[in-house]
Amino acid sequence: MLRIDNLHAVVDGPGGTKPILKGLSLEVAAGEVHAIMGPNGAGKSTLANVLCGKPGYEITGGSVTFRGEDLLELDPHERAASGLFLGFQYPVEIPGVSNVQFLREALNSQRKYRGEEPLSGGEFLKLAKDKAALLKMDMDMLKRQVNVGFSGGEKKRAEMVQMGILDPAFAVLDETDSGLDIDALRVVGEGINSIMRAPEKAVLLITHYQRLLDVVKPDRVSVLADGRIIQTGGPDLALRLEEEGYDAVMADA
Amino acid sequence: MPDLATLPTRRDEAWRYADIDAAGRLGLDAINAWEEITLGAGETLRRCEVVGGDAPELLRLRLTLGEGARAELFVTNAGRDYTRVEVEVTLGKGAHFEFGGVTIGGGEAVREFVTTTVHAEPEATSNQTVRSVHWDTGTGNFLGEIKVVRHAQKTDAAQDFKGLLLEAGASANAVPQLEIFADDVKCAHGATVGQLDESARFYMAARGLDPQAAQRLLVQAFLGDAFVALEDEAEHARLLDAALDALGGADL
Repeated sequence: MLRIDNLHAVVDGPGGTKPILKGLSLEVAAGEVHAIMGPNGAGKSTLANVLCGKPGYEITGGSVTFRGEDLLELDPHERAASGLFLGFQYPVEIPGVSNVQFLREALNSQRKYRGEEPLSGGEFLKLAKDKAALLKMDMDMLKRQVNVGFSGGEKKRAEMVQMGILDPAFAVLDETDSGLDIDALRVVGEGINSIMRAPEKAVLLITHYQRLLDVVKPDRVSVLADGRIIQTGGPDLALRLEEEGYDAVMADA
Repeated sequence: MPDLATLPTRRDEAWRYADIDAAGRLGLDAINAWEEITLGAGETLRRCEVVGGDAPELLRLRLTLGEGARAELFVTNAGRDYTRVEVEVTLGKGAHFEFGGVTIGGGEAVREFVTTTVHAEPEATSNQTVRSVHWDTGTGNFLGEIKVVRHAQKTDAAQDFKGLLLEAGASANAVPQLEIFADDVKCAHGATVGQLDESARFYMAARGLDPQAAQRLLVQAFLGDAFVALEDEAEHARLLDAALDALGGADL
């Protein structure tokens, strides 16, 4: 479903450009939850950002194919409409715009791109209510401004409500578990399962911790270090990392 | 303010950022034409205007508010040529003046609000909020003068200006002027000019909003404060739509 081949990317910084991804290759098949783990500074967030087309990065080599299409040719909003969702590590506050208006316009903009009819106000509210309930989020929160005044945990939960409403084929979740307490972690993990666990969908789950993986059981686990995938294995790899640390596992790789 | 005997120049403080050539095309008679409105004690007035077209335009209002009167003025200034709205308000005891204004547009045109608010008696309040969104080499100005006379104690006056420039080359000018002779007053003013929040733009794109829709939504949010005190929903929609329609002309 997603095929990344020998991807090289640099980030624009104050001191010029800095290479972050240095020949990253990875394949995620439909029906798969694929966890990415790795030490700080390895390039995990860069990978998520580059996949979704965030400005400030330059692709210097390699390719990304998503559902048979050249992903890197598409603008960020086109990638979203093609079924790609990025769960932000730091969700952005948008004062003056309500979640309801934001998500309804986003969903209808995606539907328009795909040649589908827009949802009416009533249809959208019903959908939003269902997905909010799934993440145990009060509907009143959805009427408030996007992420404004939300706690760290509420922002992450709201990201998952957004994912539920937009119903992507592929989700890249960048440290969705950071800032969550144990109960919220379970709610979010179960949300991911119920929204994304399907034969025609897939998830790239970037995380530091086993705790989320206890709920969202990954099919595959890859270790990202210094801009490359250095090892891929089954769920047991994540357990080994948790026990022995990156250095020990990377020394064996 | 007395009638002008000659056309204004940029040396006149209230015309400092004006398009003087366009003002000249309006002529002295037009410039000296004021609409006078007087509100008696306790009376209220709400006025909502969409101003600006393809030729220079000038709207001058002189409001005199009696004790406890309330005047609300909301304006979308979307001229494609020089468009100026000038208001002089004199507030009686405990009166209130509410002003919400939007200047929006590209091209080369100057759109401006010029207000003079005289707190002539105690306990009057005034609140003015202006939002300016411009591109190309368009300009938006807010010149707001507040005068508080010696015995106008417990005056509470506020002015807030924010400019949003969608392209390099556009400009926004805020000139607050306070002239306070009473000692127990609150006068607040603030002015900032910035650009669209890039992180919000990417967040919207990552959710599937195309660049035009994202920009429209962010501009709508930015303008919101100017009309937040306008309770008439139909008028609120009319003024906001007029502003956002002008944005439709921005090919960014």
